[in-house]
Amino acid sequence: MIEVVAAGPLTTVQDLGRPGLAHLGVGTSGAADQDSLRLANRLVGNPQGAACLEMTFGGFRARFSAAATIALTGAPCPLRLAGVAVDMTAPVPVGAGEELVIGTPTGGLRTYLAVRGGLAVPPVLGSRSTDVLAGLGPPIVTAGTRLPVGVPPRRLPPGVSVAPVPGLAAEPVLTVTLGPRTDWFRADAPAALCSAPYEVSPESTRVGIRLTGPLLERAIDAELPSEGMVTGALQVPPNGQPVLFLADHPVTGGYPVIGVVADADVALAAQARPGQRVRFRLAS
Amino acid sequence: MRFLPCGAAAVLVEVESLAEVVDLHAALRAQPPAGVIDLVPAARTLLLTYDVRRTSYPRVVDDVKGRDVGTAAAERGELVEIPVVYDGEDLPEVARHSGLDEREVVSRHQRPEYVVAFCGFSPGFAYIAGGDPALRVPRRASPRTRVPAGSVALADEFSGVYPRAAPGGWQLIGRTEAVLWDLDRDPPALLPPGTRVRFVERSG
Repeated sequence: MIEVVAAGPLTTVQDLGRPGLAHLGVGTSGAADQDSLRLANRLVGNPQGAACLEMTFGGFRARFSAAATIALTGAPCPLRLAGVAVDMTAPVPVGAGEELVIGTPTGGLRTYLAVRGGLAVPPVLGSRSTDVLAGLGPPIVTAGTRLPVGVPPRRLPPGVSVAPVPGLAAEPVLTVTLGPRTDWFRADAPAALCSAPYEVSPESTRVGIRLTGPLLERAIDAELPSEGMVTGALQVPPNGQPVLFLADHPVTGGYPVIGVVADADVALAAQARPGQRVRFRLAS
Repeated sequence: MRFLPCGAAAVLVEVESLAEVVDLHAALRAQPPAGVIDLVPAARTLLLTYDVRRTSYPRVVDDVKGRDVGTAAAERGELVEIPVVYDGEDLPEVARHSGLDEREVVSRHQRPEYVVAFCGFSPGFAYIAGGDPALRVPRRASPRTRVPAGSVALADEFSGVYPRAAPGGWQLIGRTEAVLWDLDRDPPALLPPGTRVRFVERSG
């Protein structure tokens, strides 16, 4: 059992989500930075989709009632276990009764905590992910939350002391494939999208990142009938400022999408903090 | 039928009518193309998301193009009756817009057998099609910040029921006690796509 002492600004349980239910109005959800979740799981020898904690801006403290193996990935935070500093991106043995204290990340936004055996909270519609928009899945983690740990898998954790990961870029470059509604925008809109950086606004959540930067002006003034949306889509409301859809985006939307950020770059976007800037480039 | 790439792992199919969407969705659900993860039908489009390790854009497009849609009769869905107390705040406005009195609006709303065209917006929210064209109304100029759960509402060619309280711009004509979304029920959605629907007046 993991007994949460402090939960930080936003901590939720996440796995790889619940794909395949969009026809019922249920989005996939899941970790905003799936690469980091998968790596954390691999470091403790879990199946890649085991349920972990996603912590936004760190600030998390918890006591482990039983011995465990954990790993932390994503936004690097100062980590102390039983008062001793431990490493990010490495399997860490935890003794029964020990307390983990996670500080504020020095860069990036979302940190993932995997425990060997996974978090064994009850799944909802086949997934343990919290969808903050739809209100599905486990409740948001707070002080006092008790998280059961599942049975450890039979396979041993890898014999890895630490996994090398590239540092987070100060100004990440995100590759965009234009479409499906590029023709709803002026011909110079794609160039405008790539002309200068966009700043991540504080009103950014698991639903999407609001960006301020070069205006993307419409060629067609009409209302778009709502249509299916994908993670990574750059949806542009009438104010011309794009929203980059993340894991909890709505299943359908009524504003045109000028382009979609490549899957591999969505994980980078999910680590961009308010005030940070991102750049776009077009896929060749 | 138009095919629009949507990132590297999805294709948006655009068609001419809602009936085409409904038929295409039924055909694809009955026999999903290999590697397809989600089908998201909407008023004039159907989005297919797929696993890039198992299939590709050209393969998905070819599969959809090769479908015999509409000739095969779609399987008739279950019939669900929605009891409605017709006392919605926008009922007078709907009456005014349609040039009918409120009793006539209520009577015409109950007359047809509807079909759930697709779901979206939130879990269990069904876009219910097949209503009297005289009752087509635009969304409200300013949406409400809170529409109560169970609200029965109209917008464009659709009737809808709000599964839970949410901001919304549809015109409210009544309320129901029917539970649209229940995680303890299998399936959790009362009105999945293809369900036939009748609205039946109840006194308040």
